Amino acid sequence: MDALKLDGNAIAGLLQEVFAVEMTTALATCRGCGATDAVGATQVFRGAGIVMRCPHCDNALVTIVKDDTRVWLSFSGVRTLQVTV
Amino acid sequence: MAGAAVLGRLSWLVAEVVDVVPETARVKTIAFDLPSWPGHQAGQHVDVRLTAEDGYQAQRSYSIASAPGDARLELTVERLNDGEVSPYLTDELRPGDKIELRGPVGGYFVWEPSEGGPLLLIAGGSGIVPLMAIIRVRDAAGSDAVTTLLSSSRGWDDVIYRDELEQLEGDGLTVVHTLTRSQPPSWTGYARRVDGEMLAEVGPSPAERPLVYVCGPTPFVEAVAEALVHLGHAPHRIKTERFGPTGG
Amino acid sequence: MPPIISRGFRGRRDDAPSDRVPPGQYVTGDFPVLSAGPTPHTPLDQWDFSIIGEVDELRRWTWEEFRALPSEEVTVDIHCVTKWSKLDTAWQGVSLDTLLDGVETAAEYVVQFCDGGYTTNLPLEDVTGGKAWVAFAYDGEPLEPEHGGPARMLVPHLYFWKSAKWVRGLRLESVDEPGFWEVNGYHNYGDPWREQRYWGD
Repeated sequence: MDALKLDGNAIAGLLQEVFAVEMTTALATCRGCGATDAVGATQVFRGAGIVMRCPHCDNALVTIVKDDTRVWLSFSGVRTLQVTV
Repeated sequence: MAGAAVLGRLSWLVAEVVDVVPETARVKTIAFDLPSWPGHQAGQHVDVRLTAEDGYQAQRSYSIASAPGDARLELTVERLNDGEVSPYLTDELRPGDKIELRGPVGGYFVWEPSEGGPLLLIAGGSGIVPLMAIIRVRDAAGSDAVTTLLSSSRGWDDVIYRDELEQLEGDGLTVVHTLTRSQPPSWTGYARRVDGEMLAEVGPSPAERPLVYVCGPTPFVEAVAEALVHLGHAPHRIKTERFGPTGG
Repeated sequence: MPPIISRGFRGRRDDAPSDRVPPGQYVTGDFPVLSAGPTPHTPLDQWDFSIIGEVDELRRWTWEEFRALPSEEVTVDIHCVTKWSKLDTAWQGVSLDTLLDGVETAAEYVVQFCDGGYTTNLPLEDVTGGKAWVAFAYDGEPLEPEHGGPARMLVPHLYFWKSAKWVRGLRLESVDEPGFWEVNGYHNYGDPWREQRYWGD
């Protein structure tokens, strides 16, 4: 049990800073297992950067690396992202 | 509409402390004056940023304790002994001090009165904070949503908002405490960690299709969510928010 | 608008001689736990360490074989790209020079691979010549899982994401293959003294 593991709520501010829309209710479909979950329900790990993982199969959905002026986002583990605009 | 997008890039707002109120030995509520506050939904949180004189920064997230529409924005913070930010917020801040905060953020872990109930709110320690915002907005809106709060605390003196919960009980709100480490001499209530048996007794049953909100440290949330699903609650009706054990 | 200063906030930082602290870093007395994924728990009787790829012959050690190799105690400073540095950390591990002893290769790069799938890449010369270890003990105790146990890489002259936790081996290659963080925004080399944190630094 990883007591330090959080969920997508923990990066709500960071995601809204980048996307300018509320993102924890966005639905992410995992490229690994096909499950769809709200971003707020995904697992969030803090390593050198942030890794958002599928709560069903641990697949890395999104990685986020950030400095003061740039954010690098990889969505390689997400097949589809549904965002309410 | 619950989950509706909040548009616009967030920026850091300057918030001035107007009051610091002890809740328990380790927990304080900090009230802010923030004229530019855009309003929020119960369950949302803010990111707090502190900057030292040499430019060093630390940032943490704290759930909003106050209900939408309350006169002051309030955060309730638990002091973590080895924390970097929480001891500053609970021990150092005084009225007149300024911090930066950004928000409100989070549209997933929210409840609005229009969603109705029944509601099952399950709190582990300071995980009660966003659930209290939900209870407060329910009260302010005159909602009749049948609501059960199951709150897990170490001991009776660690129960945050204890008196206010006692006053609010009734009118469809039931409050159940479990005290996991120490109990007062006359205690007849639960004295163990939340488990499936307790959840089944405290109800509502899965057949009543409650909206369930679970908040607290990660191990607590994971154990409770698993127990709920095991009892038959629909996973998509369970919302979770995990606090880090050393998040402050 | 510059951030406002919060009266009396200092954070929990230690003072340290500036020649020990790379630019942009702060010294901590803690040992923060950071991870890109869940903590693996490989039983020791299933653990092995391998050297694979462009080598004359593959090398593999079981845990018993690995622990029978000569090991060293080293005290080093470590620097995390998330800005904390920890000075005088004490480790015990097997030098990469020992593990690579007798390995014939034309490869110039290595990729560390791990339980959980994490990878990170380095030039081969950055793990040889007394610069890198596979560490199995920290501060006199067996390395805890949350810190990478049973064994992790220790490459202190680079940012600590280049020291993979839960390492299971090295793949030697003649082509540089960016690892998990290197493809996602972090610098390909990662020298803390030149503050090589991100792409383009």
